[in-house]
This record gives sequence, structure tokens and C-alpha cells, in this order.
Amino acid sequence: MSPETMTLFSPRLAARLDALVQKYPVKRSALIPMLLYAQDEVGYLSDAVISEVAERIGITELDVRNVATYYSMLRFKPAGKFNIQVCTNISCMLRGGYEVYERFQEELGIGHKGVTADGVFSLEEVECIGACCWAPAIQVNYDFHDELKPELVRGILDGYRFQAEGKAPHA
Amino acid sequence: MADVTFTVDGKILTAPAGTLLIDACRKAGIEIPAFCYYPGLSLQAACRMCVVRQEKVPKLQTACTTTVAEGQVFITESAEIAQARKATIQLLLGNHPLDCPVCDAGGECELQDMTFKYGAGESLYSEAKQHREEQQWSPAVFYDRPRCILCYRCIRMCGEGMDVWALGVQNRGVNSVIAPNGGDQLDCEQCGMCIDVCPVGALTSGSYRYKTRPWEMNHVSTVCTHCADGCKVTLGVRQVNGGAEIVRADNRDKSGINGDFLCAKGRFGFDFVENPERLTTPLIRNAQGKLEPATWERALRFAGEKLKEIRDSKGGTAIGVVGSNRTTNEENYLLQKFARTVLHTNNIDHERSTDYPAFALALAGHAGKTAGLGDIAAAPAILLVGGNPTEEHPLLAWTLRTSVRLNRARLYVANSKAIKLDRQARLTQELPPDGYKDLAAFLDLGEADFSKAVLAEESLVVVFGQECRGPAVADLVAWGLKRPNVRFAYLGDQANSRGAADMGLFPDLLPGYVPVTEPGGFAEYPGLPATPGKSLPAQFAAAATGELSAMLVVGANPVLGLGVSAEALKNTFVIVQDLFLTETAALADVVFTAVSLYEKSGTVTNTFGDVQMVKKAADRAGVKSDFEILVRLADAMGADIKTLVPFGKGGVLADLGQSRGAQAGEADRHSVWLAANNLEPRLSPFDPLAVLDEIERLVPGYKLDRINLLSGNPAHTELNLTPGFVPISALDGSDLAVPTHDGLFTSGTLGRYSPALNELEQHQTHEVAAPAGD
Ligand code: SF4
Ligand code: SF4
Ligand code: SF4
Ligand code: FES
Ligand code: FES
Repeated sequence: MSPETMTLFSPRLAARLDALVQKYPVKRSALIPMLLYAQDEVGYLSDAVISEVAERIGITELDVRNVATYYSMLRFKPAGKFNIQVCTNISCMLRGGYEVYERFQEELGIGHKGVTADGVFSLEEVECIGACCWAPAIQVNYDFHDELKPELVRGILDGYRFQAEGKAPHA
Repeated sequence: MADVTFTVDGKILTAPAGTLLIDACRKAGIEIPAFCYYPGLSLQAACRMCVVRQEKVPKLQTACTTTVAEGQVFITESAEIAQARKATIQLLLGNHPLDCPVCDAGGECELQDMTFKYGAGESLYSEAKQHREEQQWSPAVFYDRPRCILCYRCIRMCGEGMDVWALGVQNRGVNSVIAPNGGDQLDCEQCGMCIDVCPVGALTSGSYRYKTRPWEMNHVSTVCTHCADGCKVTLGVRQVNGGAEIVRADNRDKSGINGDFLCAKGRFGFDFVENPERLTTPLIRNAQGKLEPATWERALRFAGEKLKEIRDSKGGTAIGVVGSNRTTNEENYLLQKFARTVLHTNNIDHERSTDYPAFALALAGHAGKTAGLGDIAAAPAILLVGGNPTEEHPLLAWTLRTSVRLNRARLYVANSKAIKLDRQARLTQELPPDGYKDLAAFLDLGEADFSKAVLAEESLVVVFGQECRGPAVADLVAWGLKRPNVRFAYLGDQANSRGAADMGLFPDLLPGYVPVTEPGGFAEYPGLPATPGKSLPAQFAAAATGELSAMLVVGANPVLGLGVSAEALKNTFVIVQDLFLTETAALADVVFTAVSLYEKSGTVTNTFGDVQMVKKAADRAGVKSDFEILVRLADAMGADIKTLVPFGKGGVLADLGQSRGAQAGEADRHSVWLAANNLEPRLSPFDPLAVLDEIERLVPGYKLDRINLLSGNPAHTELNLTPGFVPISALDGSDLAVPTHDGLFTSGTLGRYSPALNELEQHQTHEVAAPAGD
């Protein structure tokens, strides 16, 4: 992409994406990491993100959507500021993952793929996140919390609420 | 590659090493079921229906991806394989609705056939079916997700076959759907190829869906009436009150020069036939100046008497004739013969779009230098000069894409504009808009990479568009004739533009581009006028000054094309043969209601010189073919029909006033020719084949391979004038050629009467959001 072209992304991300496209023998190999980084910065894959990524790689928007819709980690609607992914796969299930998941639902008043009204939290039930040894586990954005019990849920949420208040004003 | 020998179900087979097992088996008559495999497209191996047992290999193998090698042993049907296929079908049916009784594909559905064969009618899965509403993506394409078996044929056809890439697959597992590029809309060429290759009823066509069942139709194989490429098309026809209507067009039998290809016009643009605006009874202008319905007898008698009176009082030069780019060769031939021998005029022309006479002249004396579409498909290298095949010659574009993809043909594009086929080109050369005439010199210079590469080709087909006319055609052809193994094709506009030119719808040229001044074999025409007549614009100019007292316009709309006013025709007696009340018909004194190409028999010639049979599919009351109308009109004028159409015994007793030699009156040359060619005389004056016989006998280049032709294949014609035979002055009509530039959804005046094409045009120009860039 030529430097004078408008971009949605921060200069840092734009530079990172520019480097990524050069990295593989075939440009489209860069598609998935590009989408992931773009989602991290923008929050979700908006139409504008899809169109810019397509243009950077030189494929159609349809191509981008074909790939992006396959992966449940890529989303097309904004998530909460903190996206809580609760594992209920086999190890976690055996060690009480469903109870933890239910407690999150009660505390937040939302279900699978829901977003709280203030936009601070979103909740997802996910498959194994690779933390089976410390099951049950959850992932909040890129942070892990493990060996959980339902009683610990409120404390975790309070911690993030505090962060949200301290660093970002309420919507 | 070298042949290898292998065993399938105990039979010893031989095929080139590397052939796909599924293809090798099909060739040998062993059927292997396949949902995702489609010949000519990339391999997908998504459906697992084609599994076979290969000796010494632990698991079942997919026949669509296994390549054959020496000594392999395969089993394609066994209890184990049947069980595997049945399990695959059970999984597919897990979410498949049981709506065969209403599904368009019912009766010709590959899933239905396989379920019958392997018996998975009862599903063992208890999961609830996931229903999704049917979606309409465009006026032509509907998608019904529950029926889709995710074989990816549509995606590959659109991408690889059409180079449009408008379809994709989204989501995962049971949630997967086929998705169009415009969100909920399809922004594409609307060819319907995706519908055609869908093995089930998941993609259905706007024009055919829910109309009928496959077994309720008759299927008639004929030729498309739109562009000049001449696709074979199978029309599905259903009996209705007062005739037969066309409900579907496809080419699933892959016959002819186009295989399974049809563009939007061929596939959906047949509905003009049923347009309620179709004229169904002849019209005569009454004393109040209004066109009113009349019987055929009255209209024919009136028109015939009037023409006779004008001819007898003012001579044939007071009559003008305009022919059509869509009527058959036999009709065009008959029209010019009628004009020349009954009306005694050379005032005959057609709406020229292409300078075929210049092409014929440039090739004079060089046999075997024109390329049929089959030659283009087989050519190792093609130089495309001008033109925009994707829009104006969809079949040619398809052929070139396929040949580049599958045969590694080398395509060179020289054009003043960027065209979509640049994407398939090995090299492109931009020309200035007026640069076509200098191309030959540019190539000979051999300086640019483009010229070097083209000059290095040992065998080349040069396909050129209508940008090349007159001297540009002559130069380009002369350039190619200097080199060995160069053949040519010239891109014209409509279904039988080439036929109109070949059949002599010219004021100065007889059929086969024979000058009227030196008529050769046509000297047997009784009363052939020797001086060239008036061109189309000259005819209308003469009508305006009162010099022309009558005009006969067949299947053409020159009033629109030339902007002729009613005033200019007020003193001319105008007869029009057409399907609709066109701008020209609206000014006529008598209108004869004609039929379309889909309602008649005969032959047409595509722009590559391939002659193909046209067969009558639809039928309706109150209309007649142009052929029959002309014969009846001649009869109403008191002409000798046997001289016009050689039928019955003792037809052409041409008495040319000579008593000796070949021109002497005693020989019936037509029956001599028939006997020499083992043909019987035709029995009816309305049989187009009678005229086809005469065309073969008299028209240079039209020596047709009858067996091929009658069995539905193209028979190539030659443009082989004798060198030095053509006076150049007679041919300089290059400025009379006006290209129509019909696109994917337009087709001259006829296209205006196709609701399907109008809707598609509307969809593509207004309803699809402008693409963000390509
Ligand atoms: S109609 Fe033709 S161009 Fe459109 S999606 Fe189907 S195959 Fe592609
Ligand atoms: S729509 Fe038809 S062709 Fe396309 S994937 Fe589904 S079943 Fe196959
Ligand atoms: S490519 Fe031409 S001949 Fe073939 S279907 Fe389309 S309009 Fe008809
Ligand atoms: S099962 Fe929960 S982290 Fe592996
Ligand atoms: S045809 Fe071989 S896997 Fe589908």
C-alpha cells in the first residue's frame, strides 16, 4: 500500500501490516495475522477494516470474509472492553467450568456472545484454551485466570471494573 | 505422457500416466459418482462420493484426485464402497430438506440419483434440521441453503471458469453457506453458470424456478439468437394453449462449440418470445392512417399487388430491401434472390456492423485461413486485436480463458482500452485509439517485447474486433498471410451478421461476396440486374426524395439506427416483417408478423464462419417464418415459385436465352447437382433445406459437411474468393459498418423486449452498490 493512502489504523499498526504483507511468498498468507492485529486495535472487523485488509493484500472483500467467518475468534460486532472467554471443554467441564460460566452469566446479566450495556464486558463460552492443567480456566482479552471457583468470579470482575473506571470514562 | 495400463473392476484399461482415475473410468464407461468433481475445474475432494478401493492401499481413495500409474488395481463397486457412499449421503441428508417434490432439480438431481442408487432415504440422525430462508441474490440467481451440499462447484465455476470470483463459502461446519460478493446481492456477469453446475437444487434460476418439471418438457437443441458467437442451446419447451413456450435454456448435454457454456443472454434472454407485445396478426394501415389487424390472405395480396404495380410501372430501382442480422442463411439468401429476381433490384442491404467484405477481399485466393471457434480453442497462441470479448463475445472470452487455463495457450492482447481478458494475457500492448491500422507495421518492427513474442510464435490465430475496418483489415491480414500458420477471425455483432454478409445482403455483392457486375454462377438468376444498387443510408435518402416508392424491411430496425423520420417515408410504401411494433414497423403500411430464430428451422453462421443448424422449438398461432412470408409474397406477386425455391422435380429450367453451352436452357442444373450429391429434391416450397441445397451449389465457400451439420455440429465455411476476381471499388463500404457494441445484457432491438435481460441490466447498473474498486 502506498504511503499516501489513507488508513484506518495507527501508524504503528499500519507499519506492522506493511511488513507482514512482505513477509510471505504469497501475500494472502498474511491475512489471518492481519485480521487479528486489526481486531485488537479496532475492537472488531468492521466493513472498513475488511475493505482495507482486502486492499492491502490485493484480494476481494469476499475473500477476506470467506476466511474471517471461519474463525470464531474473529468477530464482526464490537465486543466489550474486556472480552471474557470461559472454557467449558472437557477438562474444565470436569472441574466445574459450567458453574463458573453460569456465575459469570448471573453477575453480568448476559449470555453467550452478549455485551453488557455499559460496554465494559462481553462473555463467550469457548473450547479448550490450552490451560487444562489449571482447569477450570478463562481468558480475558490476552490474560488468563485459572483454578477458578464460582466464588472468585466477583473479585475478577471488580478488578476489571476498577481498571475500566480508572482508565476509560463510562460510555 | 506415456500410456500406462491398470485394472479397474477386473477390466484392463489404458490411459496416459497422470490421468485422473475418475476421467479414465468415465472414458471406459465405468461410472463413478461425484458431487464435487467437475471436469475442467480445479480439484476439491470435498464430497467423498467418489471413493474407490485401491489394492495395497489401506484406506479408500478418492477417484477424483487419484492419478493412474502402471499396474494399479482398483475396485469401484463393492459392499464396502457402497456402505461408504451411503454414509456420505446420510451425512449430506442430515440437513437436507425432503422437498424433492417441489425442488427444481427433482428428476435431474445428482443427490436424488445417488440416494436412489445407494439407498440412504432414511436418515439416522436425530438432530433438528437447520432451516434457512431462501435468498434472492439477483434477478437470475436464487440460493436455497438447506439444499446445498457444499461441493464448491459454483465457487470454482464462477472463479476459474468465469474469472468473476463472485461466490465464496462462509462460516464453518453445519453453519457454512455460499455467500455472494455483494453481501446479500450478487454483483457479477449473471451468466447462470453457477446454477448450471449445481448438482442439486440449491442454486435456482429466476426464470425457470417452480415453473415445470424436467420430464414435462421437450428439449430442442438449437442456436442462440443473440451475439455472433453461436452457442448451441437446449431449449426446454412446454405445450401451452395455442403453441409451445420456452421455459428454460441451457446446454447441459455439452454439445456444440460451447460445451456447457452460455452467457446471460443465451440462458435467460429467450423470454422476448413470450412478450405480450408480440404481434400476432398482420397489420395494414387503413384510410385513417392507423395500423389495423388483417388476415394473412388480405395483407399478402395487398402487399404483393402493390409491389408488383410499383415494379411494373417504375422498375425495380424504385424498390429497396433491407435484410436482417438474425434471420437464417436460407432466409437471407432467399431475400436477396427475391429482391434480385422478382423485384429486379440490387437495392438491398442490411444494418452492417462489421466489414466482412474487406475481410473476404483480404483473404481472396487463400484457402484455409479462417479460424472457426474450434480452431481458436485448439490454438497454442492467439493474438486478440481490439474488441472486448467479455462483454460482446462471451463465448469467445470463455474459450480463451479456458484455453489459457487448461491448455496453457498464450494470449496476446493489443487494444486501445484495458479489457478483462488482459488478466489472461501473456503480454498486452496498448494501442492509440487510431493505432489499429499501424499494428502490422509495429509487429514487423519487432522491437517491443510484444512484437518479439508474437513474431516468435510458430502458429497463431489472429482474432480482431470491429476497430479494424477497411485498410486496417487488409494490412493485418496481409501481415499474417506473409507468415506460415496464421489464421484469422473477425468479430461481428449478431447471431447471423456473418450469414447476412455471406448471403449477399449487399447492393453490390451477391452471396459469397461475388460482385453483381461479374455474377459467375449466379448468371442463372433470371433477370439479375447488372448494376450495383443503393446502400442502406442511400435507400432512405432516396425514399425521402421520392425516388424510392417501396421498401421491404425484414427483421431490422433501421429507422431507429439511422434516425429516419416519419416524414421521410411518407411517400414510400413500406412493408415490414418483424416480431414487434418496432420504430420501423410503426411507420409501415403493411406489417407481417414474423417468428424468432427459436421458432424456425434453417442454418446460421457465426462470426467465425461456423455454420450450425437451427431447430424450431417454440410455436405460436398467427405468425410465420420470414422464409414462408417471402415465398407467399412472391406468390402474391405472381412470381414462379419453383424458380425462387428449388423444390419438386424440374425446378430450375434456367432459360437464359442461350441455346448452347452451360447456360443453355435445357439443363436443370439444380437437379443435376442434387443427383451428383445424392440428394433428393425437396418437396415443399417452404422447406429451408431446398434453399440450403442451392446455397451449397452456388455460394463459394459454402461447401458444408452435411453429416456434421445435421448431427448438430458446426460445419466451417471458407471465405475463398478467387484472387483478382473482386473489383476493389465494389467493396469499399467500410464506413457503412456501424458496430452495435451490445453488452452482456443488451441485444439490439430484440433485447429490449426481453424482461429478463432488462431486469439484469437494471440490477447490474442500479441495484448493486458500486464496487469499492477492482
Ligand atoms: S451468475 Fe455467473 S458470474 Fe454470477 S455468480 Fe454465478 S457463475 Fe458467477
Ligand atoms: S450451491 Fe450448489 S454448486 Fe454451490 S456448493 Fe452448494 S450444492 Fe454445490
Ligand atoms: S455468448 Fe453469444 S451466442 Fe453464446 S449464449 Fe451468449 S449471446 Fe448467445
Ligand atoms: S479444557 Fe479448558 S483449557 Fe483445556
Ligand atoms: S468427487 Fe471426489 S471427493 Fe468429491
